[in-house]
Amino acid sequence: MAEKEVTSLASGHEGTVRDQARSYLLRLKDGEMGSVPAIGATIFLALVFQFLSPFFFTKINFTNMFVQAAELTMLAAALVFVILLAEIDLAAGVTAGVAMAVFIRLLQAGWSWIPALGMSFVVGIIVGLIIGYMVAKIGVPSFVVTLAFFLGFQGLQLLLLGEGGVYRIEVPEVIAIMNSNMPAWAGWAMLAIALLLSFIVSLWDRNRRTMTGLVNKPFSIIIMKLAVVGALGAVAIYIMNLNRSQGVIPIKGVPIVVPITLAILGICTLILDRSKFGRHLYAVGGNPEAARRAGIKVVSIRVWAFIICAILAVVSGLFHASRLQSVDGSAGKTIVLSGVAAAVVGGVSLFGGRGRISHAVIGAFVITMIDNGLGLLQMPAGVNYLVQGGVLLLAATIDALARRRGGVVGRN
Amino acid sequence: MSSPVVQLVDIKKSFGPVDVLKGIDITCYAGQVTALVGDNGAGKSTLIKGLSGVQPYDSGKVIFAGEEVSITTPGQASSYGIEVVYQDLALCENLDIVQNMFLGHEEMLHGTLHEPEMERLATKALQSLSVKTVKSVRQKVSSLSGGQRQTVAIARSVLREAKLVILDEPTAALGVAQTEQVLNLVKRLASQGVAVIIISHNLNDVFQVADQISVLYLGKMVANLDRRETSYDDVVAYITGTKTQEGN
Repeated sequence: MAEKEVTSLASGHEGTVRDQARSYLLRLKDGEMGSVPAIGATIFLALVFQFLSPFFFTKINFTNMFVQAAELTMLAAALVFVILLAEIDLAAGVTAGVAMAVFIRLLQAGWSWIPALGMSFVVGIIVGLIIGYMVAKIGVPSFVVTLAFFLGFQGLQLLLLGEGGVYRIEVPEVIAIMNSNMPAWAGWAMLAIALLLSFIVSLWDRNRRTMTGLVNKPFSIIIMKLAVVGALGAVAIYIMNLNRSQGVIPIKGVPIVVPITLAILGICTLILDRSKFGRHLYAVGGNPEAARRAGIKVVSIRVWAFIICAILAVVSGLFHASRLQSVDGSAGKTIVLSGVAAAVVGGVSLFGGRGRISHAVIGAFVITMIDNGLGLLQMPAGVNYLVQGGVLLLAATIDALARRRGGVVGRN
Repeated sequence: MSSPVVQLVDIKKSFGPVDVLKGIDITCYAGQVTALVGDNGAGKSTLIKGLSGVQPYDSGKVIFAGEEVSITTPGQASSYGIEVVYQDLALCENLDIVQNMFLGHEEMLHGTLHEPEMERLATKALQSLSVKTVKSVRQKVSSLSGGQRQTVAIARSVLREAKLVILDEPTAALGVAQTEQVLNLVKRLASQGVAVIIISHNLNDVFQVADQISVLYLGKMVANLDRRETSYDDVVAYITGTKTQEGN
């Protein structure tokens, strides 16, 4: 056995751009579709709504959709962490609601907004910890635990805020998140920073592979990816920087929520893709017994997933409160199911172990577009729910079929 | 003969009133394949579970690399260099080959996963076993056949620089060609100086790979046979209890 013996073991980094494209298509054929169906759906829906409604592709609606999608994106990203474990957190929305109720009550008690907000996150963390403990350590199914919290916390919200209580948030910093925009230059700077960071990470990865003595993918692939992202980003920022006001006072710029969301999603992606915790999370989601035998602390991974889910859910609740500029006693009740739908529609598998943060983002856009588009067409809310339900059913079916296909491939 | 890696002396284990192991002696040597055979209920699994730390023995000595040790947890077993390849393999189908081989023992650099290094070491481990059936080390395990999965599980023990590898029925679910591949893999593993214990019901397999055949019968070691000096019929006779070896 010579040390230098050339074997057929590949790593997926070999070959030209054309080889890479071919192997990508092959993976699609094998059922590893990821978010491709959801991206297709986004384009399809955009075309249909544009055809049906002259308002759909206006400057104002384009920007609106980003703001509308922010809450759902954050909640779907939160749910990714538990769905990857084949668990569910039906209480994510009401956890956020309770956290926001605590926030407003503390503000009313004279706290300044930063410690009050900090406290609401502490509430989220404690709730995540309790749910995680009950699921992972005691072994109560997450569906039941979180359903119980879902019911109980609706009551807690009512008790904290009173029947029908709606309270205005008087904190300009919080209201600004969803209602203010960045100056034009800041939007471009955001795009430049995002592209630069992703370029640096790519170079860093290449450098590591080179130092280890492994082959790299063609450099042009990095440039092509950056060019596509850059072009799409530039179009979006250009549109958002146009004056979209229908009145006298101009409204323009990228909403402040966009960079906040991008930063949080970026961090989540790094955690899932590049940290030991992320790797172990996928492992527990794929095969808990194998993970246990490999020495992974399965209980602690599960508990942390619920804690992270609760923290991100509180962020989503903060976005919601910021958009409405108020906190009410029924927040978070309906959005959680849309969050699950968004994650699944985007390609996160309910069977656990498969899915990415980016899938949640795309899924959230699909659901938001349906919501937004049907609203513009002045369809009754009933139709909206029916369509969303249908899309979720379709996505879950694709998920189950892809999984079955994967299983068949594995057995031959 | 090469040096003994592990020596079990007078191992006993009972579950309540049932004596499952009644004083077992066995020695495994570096670079040798020891086949552990015996009918159902003979105590093969119990013997293995004690060595892997899942279910400690009641009494007896475990001598590992010349020193008496006590193995009470899987972590301890692993730290001595004992790796078990389970029948159900314990792989995560949603992860690729490299990720599975390093699961729980990831290489890190600057606080992040050092993927290239893991890829390099995994490739090296697979190459050292002359694995040619796997296309890419970045293939998801869900896309692998049973034999390929067995290969990944065995290669994982090479990666951990195991001194003793225990294989539980590695060919039970495999077809003819894949069984052949896995048995060759076991031979190559032993040729790297690893002591291998293989549990199997299939005597064809046993005679193909084993250097030493140890027969358990109702909790007693009834025979330690040199494969070259014994026959198929002999082993069957020991397994079924119609023949016993002198001095045991």
